Amino acid sequence: MANRDINCTINGKQRTFTVDIRSSLLDMLRGNAGLDSIKHGCDVGECGACTVLIDGKPFNSCIYMAIWAEGKDILTLEGLSDTKGTISDIQQAFIDEGAVQCGFCTPGFIMSSIPIINKETPSTREDIRKQVAGNLCRCTGYEHIVNAIEKTQKKRIAEKKKN
Amino acid sequence: MYNFNKLYESTSVENALRLKKEHPEALILAGGSDILIKIREGKLAGCDLINIYMLEELRGICLEDDGSILIRPLTSFTDVSMHPVIREHVPVLGDAVDQIGGPQIRNIGTIGGNICNGVTSADSATTFKAYDAVLELTSMDGIRLLPYAEFNLGPGRVDLRPDEIMTGIRISKESYENTYGHYIKYAMRRAMDIATLGCSVNVRLSKNKDAIDRLRIAFGVAAPIPIRSAHAEESAKGHALDTALLEAVAEGALADVTPRTSWRASKEFRLQLVKELAKRATNAAVEKAGGTING
Repeated sequence: MANRDINCTINGKQRTFTVDIRSSLLDMLRGNAGLDSIKHGCDVGECGACTVLIDGKPFNSCIYMAIWAEGKDILTLEGLSDTKGTISDIQQAFIDEGAVQCGFCTPGFIMSSIPIINKETPSTREDIRKQVAGNLCRCTGYEHIVNAIEKTQKKRIAEKKKN
Repeated sequence: MYNFNKLYESTSVENALRLKKEHPEALILAGGSDILIKIREGKLAGCDLINIYMLEELRGICLEDDGSILIRPLTSFTDVSMHPVIREHVPVLGDAVDQIGGPQIRNIGTIGGNICNGVTSADSATTFKAYDAVLELTSMDGIRLLPYAEFNLGPGRVDLRPDEIMTGIRISKESYENTYGHYIKYAMRRAMDIATLGCSVNVRLSKNKDAIDRLRIAFGVAAPIPIRSAHAEESAKGHALDTALLEAVAEGALADVTPRTSWRASKEFRLQLVKELAKRATNAAVEKAGGTING
Protein backbone atom coordinates (compact mmCIF):
# COMPACT_ATOMS: atom_id res chain seq x y z
CA MET A 1 0.00 0.00 0.00
CA ALA A 2 1.04 3.51 -0.72
CA ASN A 3 2.47 5.87 1.84
CA ARG A 4 1.98 9.59 1.88
CA ASP A 5 3.48 12.59 3.66
CA ILE A 6 0.86 14.50 5.61
CA ASN A 7 1.62 18.10 6.61
CA CYS A 8 -0.52 19.58 9.32
CA THR A 9 -0.40 21.70 12.44
CA ILE A 10 -0.70 19.73 15.66
CA ASN A 11 -1.00 21.64 18.92
CA GLY A 12 0.46 24.73 17.29
CA LYS A 13 3.46 23.02 15.69
CA GLN A 14 3.92 22.29 12.02
CA ARG A 15 4.42 18.53 11.64
CA THR A 16 4.95 16.08 8.79
CA PHE A 17 4.30 12.35 9.04
CA THR A 18 4.66 9.59 6.52
CA VAL A 19 1.56 7.42 6.83
CA ASP A 20 -0.04 4.49 5.07
CA ILE A 21 -2.98 5.98 3.15
CA ARG A 22 -5.28 3.51 4.93
CA SER A 23 -4.55 5.12 8.31
CA SER A 24 -7.16 6.88 10.37
CA LEU A 25 -6.29 10.19 11.98
CA LEU A 26 -6.33 8.27 15.27
CA ASP A 27 -3.65 5.90 13.91
CA MET A 28 -1.53 8.88 12.89
CA LEU A 29 -1.92 10.87 16.10
CA ARG A 30 -1.29 7.93 18.44
CA GLY A 31 1.09 5.92 16.28
CA ASN A 32 3.15 8.56 14.49
CA ALA A 33 2.80 11.58 16.77
CA GLY A 34 2.74 9.61 20.03
CA LEU A 35 -0.20 11.57 21.40
CA ASP A 36 -1.68 9.04 23.80
CA SER A 37 -4.43 11.26 25.21
CA ILE A 38 -6.46 10.17 22.21
CA LYS A 39 -8.18 6.97 23.26
CA HIS A 40 -8.85 4.11 20.93
CA GLY A 41 -12.38 3.28 22.05
CA CYS A 42 -15.21 2.00 19.89
CA ASP A 43 -13.48 2.71 16.55
CA VAL A 44 -16.84 3.50 14.91
CA GLY A 45 -17.62 7.06 15.98
CA GLU A 46 -19.96 6.15 18.85
CA CYS A 47 -18.05 6.80 22.07
CA GLY A 48 -16.14 10.05 21.45
CA ALA A 49 -13.01 8.92 23.37
CA CYS A 50 -10.84 9.79 20.34
CA THR A 51 -12.25 13.32 19.92
CA VAL A 52 -9.84 16.00 18.67
CA LEU A 53 -10.49 19.49 17.36
CA ILE A 54 -9.91 20.03 13.64
CA ASP A 55 -9.95 23.72 12.71
CA GLY A 56 -11.74 24.32 16.02
CA LYS A 57 -14.49 21.72 15.65
CA PRO A 58 -14.77 18.33 17.40
CA PHE A 59 -14.30 15.24 15.24
CA ASN A 60 -13.95 11.54 16.03
CA SER A 61 -10.40 10.80 14.89
CA CYS A 62 -11.24 7.08 14.51
CA ILE A 63 -13.53 7.77 11.54
CA TYR A 64 -11.42 10.45 9.91
CA MET A 65 -8.92 9.55 7.21
CA ALA A 66 -5.35 10.61 8.05
CA ILE A 67 -4.99 11.94 4.49
CA TRP A 68 -7.82 14.41 5.15
CA ALA A 69 -5.63 16.05 7.81
CA GLU A 70 -3.42 17.66 5.15
CA GLY A 71 -3.23 21.38 5.89
CA LYS A 72 -5.52 21.14 8.93
CA ASP A 73 -5.02 22.66 12.37
CA ILE A 74 -5.43 19.90 14.95
CA LEU A 75 -5.70 20.33 18.71
CA THR A 76 -5.45 17.44 21.16
CA LEU A 77 -5.52 17.35 24.95
CA GLU A 78 -1.71 17.60 25.01
CA GLY A 79 -2.05 21.05 23.44
CA LEU A 80 -4.06 22.41 26.37
CA SER A 81 -1.28 22.58 28.97
CA ASP A 82 1.32 25.36 28.82
CA THR A 83 5.02 24.88 27.99
CA LYS A 84 5.81 23.99 31.61
CA GLY A 85 3.18 21.27 31.57
CA THR A 86 0.72 23.14 33.78
CA ILE A 87 -2.79 21.92 33.04
CA SER A 88 -5.54 24.20 31.78
CA ASP A 89 -8.56 25.50 33.69
CA ILE A 90 -10.93 22.96 32.13
CA GLN A 91 -8.67 20.05 33.12
CA GLN A 92 -8.39 21.41 36.67
CA ALA A 93 -12.17 21.82 36.79
CA PHE A 94 -12.65 18.16 35.81
CA ILE A 95 -10.41 17.19 38.75
CA ASP A 96 -12.04 19.61 41.21
CA GLU A 97 -15.58 18.62 40.28
CA GLY A 98 -14.94 14.88 40.43
CA ALA A 99 -15.63 14.57 36.70
CA VAL A 100 -12.90 11.95 36.30
CA GLN A 101 -13.22 8.40 37.56
CA CYS A 102 -11.56 5.80 35.33
CA GLY A 103 -10.42 8.61 33.03
CA PHE A 104 -10.74 6.84 29.70
CA CYS A 105 -13.41 9.20 28.34
CA THR A 106 -11.90 12.33 29.90
CA PRO A 107 -9.63 13.59 27.07
CA GLY A 108 -12.47 13.23 24.55
CA PHE A 109 -14.93 14.99 26.86
CA ILE A 110 -12.50 17.83 27.47
CA MET A 111 -11.89 18.31 23.74
CA SER A 112 -15.66 18.36 23.08
CA SER A 113 -16.04 20.96 25.82
CA ILE A 114 -13.51 23.43 24.33
CA PRO A 115 -15.98 25.06 21.88
CA ILE A 116 -18.49 25.36 24.75
CA ILE A 117 -16.16 27.04 27.26
CA ASN A 118 -14.98 29.49 24.60
CA LYS A 119 -18.52 30.80 23.97
CA GLU A 120 -19.26 34.45 24.65
CA THR A 121 -22.61 33.81 26.32
CA PRO A 122 -23.50 31.25 28.99
CA SER A 123 -24.94 27.92 27.87
CA THR A 124 -27.80 26.18 29.62
CA ARG A 125 -27.04 22.77 31.12
CA GLU A 126 -29.24 21.35 28.38
CA ASP A 127 -27.04 23.03 25.72
CA ILE A 128 -23.93 21.63 27.37
CA ARG A 129 -25.44 18.15 27.43
CA LYS A 130 -26.25 18.42 23.75
CA GLN A 131 -22.70 19.51 22.89
CA VAL A 132 -21.15 16.53 24.70
CA ALA A 133 -23.83 14.05 23.57
CA GLY A 134 -21.27 12.39 21.29
CA ASN A 135 -19.13 11.35 24.27
CA LEU A 136 -19.93 8.39 26.50
CA CYS A 137 -18.95 7.98 30.16
CA ARG A 138 -19.73 4.80 32.10
CA CYS A 139 -18.49 6.04 35.49
CA THR A 140 -19.62 9.51 36.44
CA GLY A 141 -23.27 9.68 35.44
CA TYR A 142 -22.40 12.91 33.57
CA GLU A 143 -23.55 15.39 36.23
CA HIS A 144 -20.01 16.15 37.44
CA ILE A 145 -18.81 16.52 33.85
CA VAL A 146 -21.54 19.06 33.08
CA ASN A 147 -20.66 20.84 36.36
CA ALA A 148 -16.99 21.12 35.34
CA ILE A 149 -17.83 22.50 31.90
CA GLU A 150 -20.43 24.92 33.25
CA LYS A 151 -18.04 26.19 35.93
CA THR A 152 -15.19 26.75 33.45
CA GLN A 153 -17.45 28.49 30.97
CA LYS A 154 -18.72 30.84 33.70
CA LYS A 155 -15.17 31.54 34.84
CA ARG A 156 -13.97 32.33 31.31
CA ILE A 157 -16.94 34.60 30.56
CA ALA A 158 -16.32 36.48 33.84
CA GLU A 159 -12.62 36.87 32.96
CA LYS A 160 -13.51 38.23 29.53
CA LYS A 161 -15.84 40.79 31.12
CA LYS A 162 -13.06 41.94 33.47
CA ASN A 163 -10.67 42.56 30.60
CA MET B 1 -6.04 1.10 9.36
CA TYR B 2 -9.10 0.88 7.20
CA ASN B 3 -9.29 -2.33 5.25
CA PHE B 4 -10.09 -1.00 1.79
CA ASN B 5 -8.46 -2.08 -1.43
CA LYS B 6 -7.80 0.83 -3.78
CA LEU B 7 -8.16 4.52 -3.07
CA TYR B 8 -8.68 6.83 -6.01
CA GLU B 9 -8.29 10.47 -5.14
CA SER B 10 -10.20 13.07 -7.06
CA THR B 11 -8.83 16.55 -7.63
CA SER B 12 -12.03 18.06 -9.06
CA VAL B 13 -15.62 17.06 -9.81
CA GLU B 14 -14.63 16.47 -13.41
CA ASN B 15 -11.79 14.23 -12.31
CA ALA B 16 -14.09 12.38 -9.89
CA LEU B 17 -16.57 11.73 -12.71
CA ARG B 18 -13.79 10.33 -14.89
CA LEU B 19 -12.67 8.07 -12.03
CA LYS B 20 -16.28 6.92 -11.49
CA LYS B 21 -16.60 6.13 -15.17
CA GLU B 22 -13.35 4.17 -15.16
CA HIS B 23 -14.11 2.42 -11.88
CA PRO B 24 -17.90 2.10 -11.63
CA GLU B 25 -17.62 -0.44 -8.81
CA ALA B 26 -15.71 1.97 -6.55
CA LEU B 27 -17.70 3.67 -3.80
CA ILE B 28 -17.82 7.43 -3.41
CA LEU B 29 -16.27 8.38 -0.07
CA ALA B 30 -17.70 11.63 1.31
CA GLY B 31 -17.60 12.07 5.13
CA GLY B 32 -17.25 8.33 5.64
CA SER B 33 -19.51 8.11 8.71
CA ASP B 34 -21.28 5.16 7.08
CA ILE B 35 -18.66 3.75 4.70
CA LEU B 36 -15.64 3.77 7.03
CA ILE B 37 -17.78 2.09 9.69
CA LYS B 38 -19.03 -0.57 7.29
CA ILE B 39 -15.40 -1.19 6.28
CA ARG B 40 -14.57 -1.63 9.98
CA GLU B 41 -17.48 -4.01 10.45
CA GLY B 42 -16.24 -6.03 7.49
CA LYS B 43 -19.37 -5.44 5.40
CA LEU B 44 -17.43 -3.33 2.90
CA ALA B 45 -13.93 -4.62 3.67
CA GLY B 46 -11.75 -4.77 0.58
CA CYS B 47 -13.82 -2.25 -1.39
CA ASP B 48 -12.40 0.39 -3.72
CA LEU B 49 -13.01 4.04 -2.86
CA ILE B 50 -13.12 7.33 -4.74
CA ASN B 51 -12.33 10.04 -2.23
CA ILE B 52 -14.23 13.27 -2.87
CA TYR B 53 -14.22 14.68 0.68
CA MET B 54 -11.72 17.47 -0.08
CA LEU B 55 -13.59 18.83 -3.12
CA GLU B 56 -14.54 22.31 -1.89
CA GLU B 57 -16.63 22.93 -5.03
CA LEU B 58 -19.10 20.37 -3.65
CA ARG B 59 -19.48 22.20 -0.32
CA GLY B 60 -21.74 25.11 0.56
CA ILE B 61 -25.25 26.48 0.33
CA CYS B 62 -26.55 29.38 -1.74
CA LEU B 63 -29.69 31.07 -2.95
CA GLU B 64 -29.82 31.00 -6.74
CA ASP B 65 -31.08 33.79 -9.01
CA ASP B 66 -34.53 32.21 -9.31
CA GLY B 67 -34.78 31.99 -5.51
CA SER B 68 -34.18 28.25 -5.26
CA ILE B 69 -31.99 26.94 -2.47
CA LEU B 70 -28.98 24.97 -3.67
CA ILE B 71 -27.22 22.71 -1.19
CA ARG B 72 -23.98 21.13 -2.26
CA PRO B 73 -23.70 17.50 -1.14
CA LEU B 74 -20.53 17.67 0.98
CA THR B 75 -21.99 20.31 3.29
CA SER B 76 -21.82 18.93 6.83
CA PHE B 77 -24.94 18.60 8.98
CA THR B 78 -23.50 21.25 11.32
CA ASP B 79 -23.09 23.69 8.43
CA VAL B 80 -26.58 22.94 7.08
CA SER B 81 -28.15 23.48 10.51
CA MET B 82 -26.43 26.84 11.04
CA HIS B 83 -26.47 28.28 7.52
CA PRO B 84 -28.32 31.63 7.23
CA VAL B 85 -30.15 30.57 4.03
CA ILE B 86 -31.47 27.44 5.75
CA ARG B 87 -32.33 29.31 8.97
CA GLU B 88 -34.27 31.91 6.99
CA HIS B 89 -36.15 29.80 4.45
CA VAL B 90 -36.29 26.16 5.61
CA PRO B 91 -35.34 26.12 9.32
CA VAL B 92 -37.08 22.75 9.65
CA LEU B 93 -34.27 21.18 7.60
CA GLY B 94 -31.69 22.64 9.97
CA ASP B 95 -33.67 21.41 12.98
CA ALA B 96 -33.90 17.92 11.46
CA VAL B 97 -30.20 17.47 10.74
CA ASP B 98 -29.34 18.94 14.15
CA GLN B 99 -30.85 15.76 15.63
CA ILE B 100 -28.46 13.42 13.82
CA GLY B 101 -25.88 11.55 15.93
CA GLY B 102 -23.84 13.87 18.12
CA PRO B 103 -21.70 16.97 17.42
CA GLN B 104 -18.76 14.96 16.03
CA ILE B 105 -21.01 13.05 13.62
CA ARG B 106 -22.73 16.26 12.52
CA ASN B 107 -19.31 17.75 11.75
CA ILE B 108 -18.18 14.86 9.53
CA GLY B 109 -21.49 13.59 8.11
CA THR B 110 -22.61 15.10 4.82
CA ILE B 111 -26.09 15.93 3.58
CA GLY B 112 -25.39 14.19 0.27
CA GLY B 113 -24.32 11.02 2.03
CA ASN B 114 -27.52 11.05 4.05
CA ILE B 115 -29.55 11.10 0.82
CA CYS B 116 -27.41 8.76 -1.31
CA ASN B 117 -27.33 6.02 1.35
CA GLY B 118 -31.02 5.61 0.67
CA VAL B 119 -32.04 4.51 4.16
CA THR B 120 -35.58 5.18 5.32
CA SER B 121 -34.41 6.61 8.66
CA ALA B 122 -32.30 9.45 7.16
CA ASP B 123 -33.24 12.54 9.18
CA SER B 124 -32.89 14.93 6.23
CA ALA B 125 -34.89 12.73 3.84
CA THR B 126 -38.40 13.48 5.10
CA THR B 127 -37.96 17.25 4.93
CA PHE B 128 -36.44 17.08 1.44
CA LYS B 129 -39.35 14.84 0.34
CA ALA B 130 -41.86 17.22 1.87
CA TYR B 131 -40.27 20.13 0.01
CA ASP B 132 -40.17 18.32 -3.35
CA ALA B 133 -36.38 18.59 -3.56
CA VAL B 134 -34.76 18.01 -6.93
CA LEU B 135 -31.42 16.21 -7.14
CA GLU B 136 -28.64 17.17 -9.50
CA LEU B 137 -26.96 13.95 -10.66
CA THR B 138 -23.88 14.51 -12.75
CA SER B 139 -21.97 12.20 -15.07
CA MET B 140 -19.50 12.85 -17.87
CA ASP B 141 -22.51 12.94 -20.20
CA GLY B 142 -24.03 15.88 -18.36
CA ILE B 143 -26.48 16.71 -15.60
CA ARG B 144 -29.64 14.74 -14.88
CA LEU B 145 -32.23 16.51 -12.74
CA LEU B 146 -34.30 13.98 -10.82
CA PRO B 147 -37.17 14.72 -8.43
CA TYR B 148 -36.15 13.30 -5.05
CA ALA B 149 -39.61 11.67 -5.00
CA GLU B 150 -38.28 9.20 -7.61
CA PHE B 151 -34.81 8.63 -6.17
CA ASN B 152 -35.37 5.90 -3.57
CA LEU B 153 -35.86 2.51 -5.23
CA GLY B 154 -35.83 0.33 -2.11
CA PRO B 155 -34.05 0.04 1.23
CA GLY B 156 -30.50 1.29 0.63
CA ARG B 157 -31.09 1.40 -3.13
CA VAL B 158 -31.26 4.68 -5.06
CA ASP B 159 -31.45 5.76 -8.68
CA LEU B 160 -27.83 6.82 -8.89
CA ARG B 161 -26.20 5.33 -11.97
CA PRO B 162 -22.73 3.77 -11.74
CA ASP B 163 -21.11 6.73 -13.53
CA GLU B 164 -23.02 9.44 -11.63
CA ILE B 165 -22.21 11.57 -8.60
CA MET B 166 -24.79 13.68 -6.81
CA THR B 167 -23.63 17.29 -7.09
CA GLY B 168 -26.55 19.26 -5.68
CA ILE B 169 -29.90 19.28 -3.90
CA ARG B 170 -32.38 22.02 -4.83
CA ILE B 171 -35.57 23.28 -3.25
CA SER B 172 -37.52 25.65 -5.49
CA LYS B 173 -38.86 28.97 -4.26
CA GLU B 174 -42.40 27.94 -5.17
CA SER B 175 -41.99 24.96 -2.87
CA TYR B 176 -40.64 26.71 0.26
CA GLU B 177 -42.11 30.21 -0.04
CA ASN B 178 -44.40 31.19 2.86
CA THR B 179 -44.20 27.72 4.38
CA TYR B 180 -43.52 26.75 7.97
CA GLY B 181 -42.23 23.34 8.82
CA HIS B 182 -41.78 21.06 11.79
CA TYR B 183 -39.86 17.80 12.15
CA ILE B 184 -40.27 15.26 14.89
CA LYS B 185 -37.78 12.47 15.38
CA TYR B 186 -39.00 9.76 17.70
CA ALA B 187 -36.07 7.74 19.05
CA MET B 188 -35.16 5.89 22.22
CA ARG B 189 -32.37 8.36 23.01
CA ARG B 190 -32.15 12.07 22.33
CA ALA B 191 -28.70 11.76 20.71
CA MET B 192 -26.62 9.13 18.94
CA ASP B 193 -29.71 7.23 17.86
CA ILE B 194 -31.57 6.35 14.70
CA ALA B 195 -35.20 7.39 14.35
CA THR B 196 -37.84 4.84 15.31
CA LEU B 197 -40.08 7.10 13.25
CA GLY B 198 -39.60 10.52 11.69
CA CYS B 199 -42.25 12.96 10.50
CA SER B 200 -41.74 16.25 8.63
CA VAL B 201 -44.64 18.59 7.93
CA ASN B 202 -44.76 21.96 6.23
CA VAL B 203 -47.80 24.15 5.78
CA ARG B 204 -48.80 27.24 3.90
CA LEU B 205 -51.87 28.91 5.39
CA SER B 206 -54.60 30.87 3.65
CA LYS B 207 -54.34 34.69 3.70
CA ASN B 208 -56.52 34.96 6.80
CA LYS B 209 -54.54 32.22 8.51
CA ASP B 210 -57.74 30.29 9.14
CA ALA B 211 -57.31 27.37 6.73
CA ILE B 212 -54.67 25.18 5.13
CA ASP B 213 -53.65 26.35 1.67
CA ARG B 214 -51.11 23.56 1.22
CA LEU B 215 -49.85 20.88 3.57
CA ARG B 216 -47.08 18.45 2.88
CA ILE B 217 -46.13 15.56 5.09
CA ALA B 218 -43.43 12.91 4.83
CA PHE B 219 -42.41 9.99 7.03
CA GLY B 220 -39.20 8.09 7.66
CA VAL B 221 -39.18 4.45 8.88
CA ALA B 222 -42.91 4.21 8.11
CA ALA B 223 -42.16 2.29 4.89
CA PRO B 224 -39.06 0.69 3.27
CA ILE B 225 -38.15 4.15 1.92
CA PRO B 226 -38.93 7.69 3.10
CA ILE B 227 -42.42 8.55 1.80
CA ARG B 228 -44.92 11.36 1.33
CA SER B 229 -48.54 10.85 2.31
CA ALA B 230 -50.74 11.92 -0.59
CA HIS B 231 -53.93 11.02 1.31
CA ALA B 232 -53.01 13.23 4.26
CA GLU B 233 -52.06 16.12 1.99
CA GLU B 234 -55.26 15.87 -0.04
CA SER B 235 -57.51 15.74 2.99
CA ALA B 236 -55.78 18.80 4.50
CA LYS B 237 -56.20 20.99 1.43
CA GLY B 238 -58.45 23.95 2.25
CA HIS B 239 -59.28 22.45 5.65
CA ALA B 240 -60.13 24.78 8.54
CA LEU B 241 -57.68 24.89 11.43
CA ASP B 242 -59.43 22.62 13.88
CA THR B 243 -58.93 19.27 15.58
CA ALA B 244 -60.72 17.58 12.68
CA LEU B 245 -57.76 18.70 10.53
CA LEU B 246 -55.33 16.84 12.77
CA GLU B 247 -57.55 13.74 12.70
CA ALA B 248 -57.83 13.92 8.90
CA VAL B 249 -54.07 14.23 8.46
CA ALA B 250 -53.47 11.30 10.83
CA GLU B 251 -56.07 9.11 9.12
CA GLY B 252 -54.71 10.03 5.69
CA ALA B 253 -51.19 9.17 6.80
CA LEU B 254 -52.29 5.75 8.06
CA ALA B 255 -53.61 5.00 4.58
CA ASP B 256 -50.17 5.49 3.03
CA VAL B 257 -47.68 3.99 5.47
CA THR B 258 -46.49 0.39 5.60
CA PRO B 259 -44.24 0.13 8.64
CA ARG B 260 -42.71 -3.14 9.74
CA THR B 261 -41.66 -4.70 12.99
CA SER B 262 -37.95 -4.41 13.73
CA TRP B 263 -35.88 -4.76 16.88
CA ARG B 264 -36.39 -1.01 17.45
CA ALA B 265 -40.18 -1.11 17.50
CA SER B 266 -43.19 -3.16 16.45
CA LYS B 267 -45.36 -2.37 13.45
CA GLU B 268 -48.26 -1.57 15.80
CA PHE B 269 -46.18 0.94 17.78
CA ARG B 270 -44.97 2.58 14.57
CA LEU B 271 -48.59 2.94 13.37
CA GLN B 272 -49.41 4.63 16.66
CA LEU B 273 -46.41 6.93 16.15
CA VAL B 274 -47.48 7.76 12.58
CA LYS B 275 -50.84 8.91 13.89
CA GLU B 276 -49.49 10.82 16.85
CA LEU B 277 -46.50 12.46 15.15
CA ALA B 278 -48.65 13.48 12.16
CA LYS B 279 -50.95 15.35 14.54
CA ARG B 280 -48.21 16.89 16.64
CA ALA B 281 -46.04 17.96 13.70
CA THR B 282 -49.05 19.44 11.88
CA ASN B 283 -50.11 21.31 14.99
CA ALA B 284 -46.58 22.66 15.51
CA ALA B 285 -46.23 23.70 11.84
CA VAL B 286 -49.60 25.50 11.93
CA GLU B 287 -48.55 27.35 15.09
CA LYS B 288 -45.23 28.36 13.53
CA ALA B 289 -47.20 29.69 10.56
CA GLY B 290 -49.17 31.93 12.92
CA GLY B 291 -52.32 29.84 12.96
CA THR B 292 -54.18 28.24 15.85
CA ILE B 293 -55.88 24.87 15.95
CA ASN B 294 -59.36 25.50 17.35
CA GLY B 295 -61.45 23.25 19.57
